[in-house]
This record gives sequence, C-alpha cells and structure tokens, in this order.
Amino acid sequence: MLKKRILLLVAIAIGVVSIYMFTLLGSSPEYVFSRRATKLAAMLLISCSIGYSSVVFQTITENRILTPSIMGFESVYILFQALIIFIYNGSEVHPLESHTNFIFSVFLMIGFASILYLALFRKGKVSVYFLLLIGLILGTIFMSMTGFIELLIDPNEFSIIQKYLFASFNDINTNLLGISTIILLSTLIGGAFILHKLDVLSLGKDHAVNLGINYQRLVQISLLLITVQVAISTALVGPITFLGILIANLSYEFLPTYKHKYTILGACLIGIIFVVGGQYLVENLFNMATTISILINCVGGIYFIILLVKSRTI
Amino acid sequence: MKTALLTIVFILLVCLSLIVGVKDISWVNFSSWMNSGTQVFIISRIPRTIALILAGVGLSISGVIMQQISLNKFVSPTTAGTLDAAKLGILAGLIFFPGASHLFQMGFAFVFTILASLLFMVMLRRIKHRSLIYIPLLGIMFGNVLAGIGTFFAYKFDIVQNMETWLIGDFSKVLKGNYELIYISLPLVIITYLYANKLTALGLGKDMAKSLGLNYNLFVLIGLTCVSLTVSAIMITAGAIPFLGLIVPNIVSLFYGDNLKKSLPYTAILGAILILFCDIISRIIIYPFEVPIGLTIAIIGGISFIIFISKRLRYA
Repeated sequence: MLKKRILLLVAIAIGVVSIYMFTLLGSSPEYVFSRRATKLAAMLLISCSIGYSSVVFQTITENRILTPSIMGFESVYILFQALIIFIYNGSEVHPLESHTNFIFSVFLMIGFASILYLALFRKGKVSVYFLLLIGLILGTIFMSMTGFIELLIDPNEFSIIQKYLFASFNDINTNLLGISTIILLSTLIGGAFILHKLDVLSLGKDHAVNLGINYQRLVQISLLLITVQVAISTALVGPITFLGILIANLSYEFLPTYKHKYTILGACLIGIIFVVGGQYLVENLFNMATTISILINCVGGIYFIILLVKSRTI
Repeated sequence: MKTALLTIVFILLVCLSLIVGVKDISWVNFSSWMNSGTQVFIISRIPRTIALILAGVGLSISGVIMQQISLNKFVSPTTAGTLDAAKLGILAGLIFFPGASHLFQMGFAFVFTILASLLFMVMLRRIKHRSLIYIPLLGIMFGNVLAGIGTFFAYKFDIVQNMETWLIGDFSKVLKGNYELIYISLPLVIITYLYANKLTALGLGKDMAKSLGLNYNLFVLIGLTCVSLTVSAIMITAGAIPFLGLIVPNIVSLFYGDNLKKSLPYTAILGAILILFCDIISRIIIYPFEVPIGLTIAIIGGISFIIFISKRLRYA
C-alpha cells in the first residue's frame, strides 16, 4: 500500500518533469532545453527543501497548519527587497548585484530567525505557538513598512522591479544555484540523520522526553536546519507562502504512515509535481500573465481553507 | 476620576488634532471669517478629526463584538481576516465595476467582509483546539489566504502597487465631501451600546447565552453585520488600520472588567484617544510631510500586542 503509493508519486513526478522538459520545444530545442534544465534543477531543489522544512517544522510545533515561511521570514525578505528598490530608485543599473543581494538576504533572514529564537529560548519555556504569533505580528509590522515604502516608489520603477517581490524560476543565476545546491543538499543529508528521532517526537513532547529524547537539543538542531533551508530557498527564488502547507498536508493525507522518511519523501515528490506542473502552466497556459508563487498561493490558500473547514482534529 | 482624566486627554487631543498641520492655524487669527486658515479648518481639519474619532470608536467596538462572539481576547478585525476581506471586496469592485460610486464599493466590501466573518466563525466552531493563541494564528493565516487571492487578480490587472499602497490607513486625504460614509458607523455604535447586556451574555458562551433566553444565532448575525459595515466604511474612507480593535478592548478589560454596559464607553473613548494620538504622531514625525497612520499604528500596536499577550500568558 505505502510502497505502491510512493511509486505512484514517483511515476507522476517523472511524468510531469518529462512533459516539462520535452514538450513544446519550439524551433531551437538546444537553447530551450538548457534553459529548462537550469530551471528544473532549481525547482527540484526548492521543492525538496520546502518539503523537508515544512514537515519537520510541523512535527516540532505539533500542528498541521503552520510552516516556517509564515513566521515573518518572507515579510523580512520582501521588506528588504522593497528597501533596496527604494534606495536605488531611479538609478539605471539593476539595484544590487544579484550575488550581493542574495548573500545579504540570506544573512538577514538567518539573523532575524536567530534573534527571534535566542530572545525567546533564553527565557526558558516558551510555547512554540507564542513564537509563531510573535513572528506573525512582526510580519504584519514589516508588511506595513513595505506598503509605506512601495507608496514612495515611482510606479514605473515599481513595474520594472515587481518581479523581485514574487517567486520566479525564470531568471535564476547559475552561480548562485551552485552554491545553494551545495548548502541545501548538505542540510538535507544532515537532516536525514535526525528523522528517526523526529518519529519519536511526533508522539508528543512528554512521551518523547520519557523515551530519552533530548527535546531542547533536537528542536534547536531542527530549527537551525529549517532556518538555513528557508533562508536560502527564499533568497534564491522568492517567497512561495503556501507551498509548504499544501505539500505537507497532501503528503499526510496520501501516505498512510507516520514515519518521517516517507512523509518527507512524499512531500518532496508532491512539491516537485506542483512546482514543475505549475511552472508549465505559467509558461504555456497563462503566458506569463501570472507567477508561480501567485498560482500556488491561490491553490494552496483555498486548500488550506477547505482543510480547516473539513477537518475537526487539526 | 479616571473618567475625568480620559475626557480631558480626549479634549486635549481633539484640539491638537485641529491645530497640528502644515497650514499654520492659531486660535487667534479666527477674527476674519473667510481667510484661508478658516477654509482649511472647515474643509480639512474638522472632517479629519471627526473621521478619526469615528474610526477609533468604530474599530474598538468592532473588536469588542468579535471578541465576545468568538470567546477569545485576541480576535479582532486584524486577526480574523476581516481587513483582508474588505480589501478583496474593494479590489473586486474596482475590477468588475470601475468608476462606481463610493457607496457601491462599500457595498461590495461589506458583502465580502460579512461572508469572510461568517466563514471564520464556522471554522472556529469546528475546531477543537481553542487555545488563546491558536485562534488568532488561524485568523491571520486566513487573512493571508484572502490576500493571496487578491494578489492573483491584482497581478493580472497590473495593479499590485496600487492595491498594496492605497489601502494603507491614511487620513490625510479625508476632506469635506468625501468622508461622510464613515458616519455609517455611528448608528452601529449606538445599537451596540443598546444591546450591550446581550453581548455580555454572548461572551459567556453559546450554551450559557441560550439558557439565559438569548436568540444566539440572531445576535451573532447582528454583531457580525455591525462589524462588517463599520470595517467596510472605514476601509473606504481611510484604509486599513491594524491592531486598534485588538489593543483597546484588552486594555479596557484589564481595568474595567467584562461587563460591557460599564466598559463600552471607556472602550469608545480610549479608541478615539489612541487613534488621535497615533495620527498626530504621524503628522509631526517627518513634518512637513506625513507618515500614513497605518504604519504608525502597526508599529505601536504590534509591539503593545506582543507585550499584552506575553503578560496574559504569564498570569494565565
């Protein structure tokens, strides 16, 4: 049953990927093919890190509707982008070299998360919900600031730079992709070693402590991995708020298991299906009139509401 | 004693709000009736101050109603998706019926707001895990979903920047002739006060309210209608003003308890004081320019909300 379903997901993922890669190649297949290969690599990478970080985060927080990306991470990122745009407003060159921008964004987000965790974990026992609420409130404040900055930006400038505010796989810097791949893969491999402990943790905090899990340490390690993954994937392609919720929950529903190695694998595969399929739709059906992040946020958002209304045991 | 103090502060802030601004108006040069200072006074300052007071009172009382209905101290228009629903409604009105009147747009916003509020209440009833923090988290997520749907259409019609910016709370564009819709919130405030006892009963929970002889569903509907109308009217006139409906009722309930017949007047006056204060700060902080009040109040309100909730959790 479980194996069959995972094989099914693998088959669908391979199918979607090959449709994306091999159809509608146009008149110069080699060029299109190499462009698509870069995008595909980025999409696989992002899907896996968002799949991993969302499932692990939901285990730590013992709920199914929250993901790291809503904890103020993305609003910090967007605020930062808007600030850069505003400061460089009117200059003809691209605001910041994408390298510098990338490195700044990553450090800013990791710094933000570290301050949040340090400030709160130092006090001792702090509920994860409290942490989340603080993140969300800060997010609202940052969004208001962003709105104010956007108010000041010249509309022409804004229309040029709008793309930096939405996730996009269309112009990914290959050098950055290389660095990100190395870092993300190492966090994923490192993260694979704590999966069996997370299985125990999903029994609940008290049981896990009783069974000999060092709770604080496990949570801290997991949060560290998640932070790095979210920071890098957001800085690489931009914010996709509801992707994590969507793929993690679909994976729980589809796979009849509580073992993290399967649920995370499922989330990654479903992520690949959604992201690659979504990108295909954006490129060929919507003619770039929308972006992948908007599309996924709509689908994911509606799924989220249905999930809330239907489910009684979140 | 406290009532007297609040009243004095209120009157002081009203006077300040009438005086502060780029056009220098002193009480002395009122001698000649038709000079430009007086014009500014009548066309801009007085409407602005009235709009501020009405918005402050309306939003704080909306917060109280929502908290009574949902039995949670941290539910408010900001943390239940209400503001985002109103935004989405205005956006839909603009896309499908461009050039429609303010009243029509408000109607659109109202329909969206009340639907969203009802949906939120349905979700609340189905959720078992009703902790103090979980519900506002859920509400903020719900708001994000609505904002996401809004962005889809905004991007498609290329009005992302407009949508993000023109609904930031800002009273500087309030002028005589374009703010009068906000008076809609006035009768609602009076209705709320008349039904204060019933609202107090609502806050005891569904079973208790029913056994006290209250038509529960009817009063929930009345409450949500009042909230939705107020929020839509304020949204059209001034834009989104976050957190106000959250902080004011919490401060008031700390000092005056939860008997609404007693505490509602304090909620109203404190709401007006807070919004006047924030607006005056927004006007002088980068004088002679203005910061939108949506930003000032988000920063002040957000930080005080965090302080509040950590205190509540410590004593809870």
